[in-house]
Amino acid sequence: MKKEQIKFYSGNIAAAEGAIAAGCRFFAGYPITPSSEIAEHMARRLPQVGGVFIQMEDELASMAAILGASWGGAKAMTATSGPGFSLMQENIGLGAMTETPCVVINVQRAGPSTGMPTLVGQADVMQARWGSHGDYEIIALSPSSPQECFDLTIKAFNLAEEYRVPVVVLMDESVAHMFEKVVIPPENKIKIVNRKKPDVPPEKYLPFKPEGYVPPMACAGEGYNVHVTGLTHDEKGYPQATDPEVQERLVRRLCDKIRKNERKMRDIDEYEMDDADVALVSFGISGRSSKAAVKEARRRGYKVGLIRLRTIWPFPDEYFEKIAGDIKKFIVVEINYGQIKLEVERNVGKEKVILLPKFGGEIHKPHEIYEKIKEVYNGD
Amino acid sequence: MEIEAKSHPFDKYLRADRIPHIWCPGCGLGTALNCFLQALEETEIDLKNLAVVSGIGCAGRVAGYINVDSYHTTHGRAIPFATGLKLANPKLKVVVFSGDGDLFAIGGNHFIHAARRNIDMTVICVNNYNYGMTGGQLGPTTPLEARTTTAPYGNIEHPFNLCHVAAASGAVYVARWTTLHVRRLKESMKEALNKKGFSFVEVIAPCPTAFGRRNREPSGLDTLRYYKEHSVIKHGIDPSEADIEIGGDIIVGKFVDIEKHTFNEAVEELIKKARK
Repeated sequence: MKKEQIKFYSGNIAAAEGAIAAGCRFFAGYPITPSSEIAEHMARRLPQVGGVFIQMEDELASMAAILGASWGGAKAMTATSGPGFSLMQENIGLGAMTETPCVVINVQRAGPSTGMPTLVGQADVMQARWGSHGDYEIIALSPSSPQECFDLTIKAFNLAEEYRVPVVVLMDESVAHMFEKVVIPPENKIKIVNRKKPDVPPEKYLPFKPEGYVPPMACAGEGYNVHVTGLTHDEKGYPQATDPEVQERLVRRLCDKIRKNERKMRDIDEYEMDDADVALVSFGISGRSSKAAVKEARRRGYKVGLIRLRTIWPFPDEYFEKIAGDIKKFIVVEINYGQIKLEVERNVGKEKVILLPKFGGEIHKPHEIYEKIKEVYNGD
Repeated sequence: MEIEAKSHPFDKYLRADRIPHIWCPGCGLGTALNCFLQALEETEIDLKNLAVVSGIGCAGRVAGYINVDSYHTTHGRAIPFATGLKLANPKLKVVVFSGDGDLFAIGGNHFIHAARRNIDMTVICVNNYNYGMTGGQLGPTTPLEARTTTAPYGNIEHPFNLCHVAAASGAVYVARWTTLHVRRLKESMKEALNKKGFSFVEVIAPCPTAFGRRNREPSGLDTLRYYKEHSVIKHGIDPSEADIEIGGDIIVGKFVDIEKHTFNEAVEELIKKARK
């Protein structure tokens, strides 16, 4: 669209529209609550923009199909929830190993296993990071509103294209089903990143030789005769499955291309942090309950602030190290039994971190968080 | 007699710098690959737009030896990967080259659904009755009573008849040959490559190292001799009548060759309709 538009979207629909705005033209998925509206919306919208929607036979296939589509030259996405996300881990690993740009939306519900299919959870944080086997790094973003579902899905595609890695949009059921105002910027105001193509002729092209950390990508049919394998491979793309040096070079680069660029991907919404001596750390829907609690606590004179993570992976270690000295206590508010908490502890020390968990099926009420803030100050 | 040559006539189709391949002496995969390269030579397919996708296993290594855009994916997932590839770039000719365990055990669900949808791709399955790469375990095609490392007393599972599965799932082209039938196999591969829709070619192949030597066929030649004595060509028969039994005849031929609207055509029409 040429002009700015105001829409009233759920998080799921906003994410789907964000994908289309980012240039996504291929979606493969399998129905699962609470993410199905994304597939339904893509089924209706993609053909209108010349894209392809396919409902696959399962999530193993959905993930494989988007990798294939990405190598076919398309920006590709799938959407799922916990049980489906588990099935996708196999080919998320292949995506990381073969450096295939793609986006996976995981609308978190309460687990483990089938858990509470219709209700909120935030317990896939570590799975997003460590779900597939082997050493790899991934990017995960977490929106707190339909507007952020739109914005961060675009960002997810841009990061996927820039770093050639699967990017997870870690939504949760509450944000996915919440309806709010979404501002869609005019087309020319939306930043779009496309994967870098090789600028050398095929005979000089080494498909896995990085420029910086990321190699330019030649897709199928472009005349580069690329071999792509999930086996440990050299810069030519050829399997070298018995050479530990090749393995080290590859895995180091796959991890470092994300680790060393953490600052560029860092996306933190700080609220009332300037003079804070206690900080809440949260993300997704819990970030909103936390914000309400901070407002209440500030009104009553507590110098508490909020660190809301929009980029969850790579984790902003450096940021936490820096502020650790100024903050007496970190209260981690999340709908799981302590996942982001572990990351915060790793950076600021165990003694400074307090977990305020929910186990799934409900969000934190702001007054529960407020009570915890009070308790922390009074316990001082 | 000495044979001297600087290169193989099919080197232009191969990543010659990756040869020698990993396959054992007597294995049927080299023959299947050779037939495929001959089929490429004799068809009009533009190699720039050819993509070969494999899963995991001995047959899964085929993709890596052919000098086109080639994808060696995860175990069982070659077909859904190929589905995405073809749908994202319909100009591509997409061939899945993999084994019986990859395509019909761990990947069985994807096979039947790609056939049902009639995705425009060619699937070549090299069926050696077992998991060769991992040392000769029971597979979905191991004939009853055959011995494998995980069926040391003889197989008690009923095997799949792959051509029957393919036909019943909706494939528009279904053929089976052994690696002894090199010319007929090549012709079927050509037909499959030229076919619009989901085409399937089963290649019965020896695996002396992992399967044959446990089943009274210690060399590849023994297995080829068995093919010679027991293969019966029956074009056009109902593939349900072509089950494979140990010690029995191997029915080969072209079983299915029909026309059906493809998924890719339907997608194009859908896009036209939605854009109006």
